[in-house]
Amino acid sequence: MSVVSTSAPARAPVLAPRVKAALVLFTLFALFPPVVTALDDPFLILIGTRILAYAIAAMALDLILGYGAMVSFGHAAYLGFGTYAVAILSSYGIHDILLQTAAAIALSAVFAFVTGAISLRTRGVYFIMITLAFGQMAFFFFISLSAYGGDDGYGLRQRSTLFGSDVLENEYALYYATLVVLIGLFALSHRIVGSRFGRVLTGIRENATRMEAIGYSPFRYQLTAFVISGCMTSIAGVFLANQAEFVSPAFMSWHRSGELIVMVVLGGIGTLSGAIGGAVAALLLEEFLGKLTEHWRLWFGLFLVLMVLFSPRGITGLIQQIQQGRAR
Amino acid sequence: MMNLFVLQLLNGVQLGVLLFLIAAGLTLVFGIMDVVNLAHGVLYMVGAYFVATFAALTGSFWWGLVLMLPAAVAVGLILEYVVIRRLYTRSHLDQVLATFGLVMIANETVKIVWGVSPLSVPLPEILSGSVPLMDPLRYPVYRIAIIVAGLAVAAGLFVTINHTRIGMLLRAGATNRAMVSALGIDIGKLFAIVFTLGAVLACLAGALVAPILSVDTGMGESVLILTFVVVVIGGIGSIKGAFLGAILVAVVDTLGGVFGPILLRAVLDPSAAGQAGRMLAPMLVYILMAAILFARPAGLFGGRA
Repeated sequence: MSVVSTSAPARAPVLAPRVKAALVLFTLFALFPPVVTALDDPFLILIGTRILAYAIAAMALDLILGYGAMVSFGHAAYLGFGTYAVAILSSYGIHDILLQTAAAIALSAVFAFVTGAISLRTRGVYFIMITLAFGQMAFFFFISLSAYGGDDGYGLRQRSTLFGSDVLENEYALYYATLVVLIGLFALSHRIVGSRFGRVLTGIRENATRMEAIGYSPFRYQLTAFVISGCMTSIAGVFLANQAEFVSPAFMSWHRSGELIVMVVLGGIGTLSGAIGGAVAALLLEEFLGKLTEHWRLWFGLFLVLMVLFSPRGITGLIQQIQQGRAR
Repeated sequence: MMNLFVLQLLNGVQLGVLLFLIAAGLTLVFGIMDVVNLAHGVLYMVGAYFVATFAALTGSFWWGLVLMLPAAVAVGLILEYVVIRRLYTRSHLDQVLATFGLVMIANETVKIVWGVSPLSVPLPEILSGSVPLMDPLRYPVYRIAIIVAGLAVAAGLFVTINHTRIGMLLRAGATNRAMVSALGIDIGKLFAIVFTLGAVLACLAGALVAPILSVDTGMGESVLILTFVVVVIGGIGSIKGAFLGAILVAVVDTLGGVFGPILLRAVLDPSAAGQAGRMLAPMLVYILMAAILFARPAGLFGGRA
């Protein structure tokens, strides 16, 4: 499952094209709201915020999926923790987004630490199924939380505040706030991946036994990455709750976890910027197919199967294939 | 209290038998082919829809059941030939994605073909009543029939796996796939047989349960996750593990939902106990799974993790 680009020029830093891709994406994101204003369709900005929030989650998942080869099928749980942190704290009158995010991160860290420690005792198929099961456990917990609407969900009375101001009630402000957090977390993830920690993680992905032989404990590195990824995903949840002004267990269903994996793979795993692009592509495809037919899931599923069968490395792989074809 | 316990225990065993039918195929597919198949729950759903359609067409549950079997074989073979076969050599991630796509396709197709409103299948006349169990307790005959049918299939599976040539190949395949292939066995054919067998068992479970559940598009998914828990607890590739795991998970799930709040009432006040019980009950099987994995990462009967 090697994803390291081999075609990069010898002297340029390996990650440079990816950073460039990310910068292009961020520029496009930043230019999106003026376009929306010009088109005079305010609903688009909400879709944009949703895409940015999922981009955060997909990028967080890519940290462990792409760089650690840990296929977590329960990551929607962390989205749920983020959304419910907003809902529950705001019902107690705590509206500050920083406090809500802190609560989401704390809860996710504990959950990721405990379930990660158990899941990481296993490999491969077991790991996928166990993370899925723990994700469902969280899902059922929030379904039974009748004080917050259970299965039906819970509408937020207001959005989160930032330093006491209700600036996030403005759609544009929320959009740009999400974008700023996305860029910040991308920079952080980029640093993590390039750090000694990230190198060890990638080494473990390639050959855990060898890394162990030269004195690294795979378990500790993988668990740390798992916790970081869970916490980052919960931040996406905080913004999703604000975007929808509504929380429900549907945010944490196993379909959602699957969609997150789809986003990461669609953009090419282990590239960070690919995950962002994948989130954009997956959600736009969803919107597009949804406009065409109510049975869009049929076509989305078909697309998935065909993508796996014919382009195992996602959109990035497809683009690379095309580029290589041209180079020849 | 005793009556309630016996009743819920029987319900648990009945659910366990169904879970076993689904888990048996899943654990073989995992163990022998090393394929993650998220679409296995779909087969359970399709089985129920098949029996609903055929029973409505022929006017008889039994004909529905009989006609369901060749249809299930066809679905298994087609699925294996068109998609699953191409996934054997791929990473688990690819398998997850492709079968996740299959789940989406199947759920939407079912919605298009049969509509979104749930179907119901009438109970067969002969199995409709209930029998006295312990005075004044009565238990529906149909549920007893499910238990008996499930146990019969389980027994048949045990005999097949432990005392026939194909069973020997299955066991060998689960232990060392490469060696079986090297000894000149057509591994592609073996895989097709295993997958189809699993598909038929899952369809059968769906068909059996159709008269006592409403048949709808979501039915495969709750069962899929429980089945995963069963397979993980029992150990991947182990039929014996799948059987014990299925009964364990189902009994814990059923009894936990009823007796959890009652037991909690001993230590908490009633309203808090009710609330805590409702929250804890659905999490119980996952806690059980975590505990078992903590002690044995490869499951109860799993050789490798």
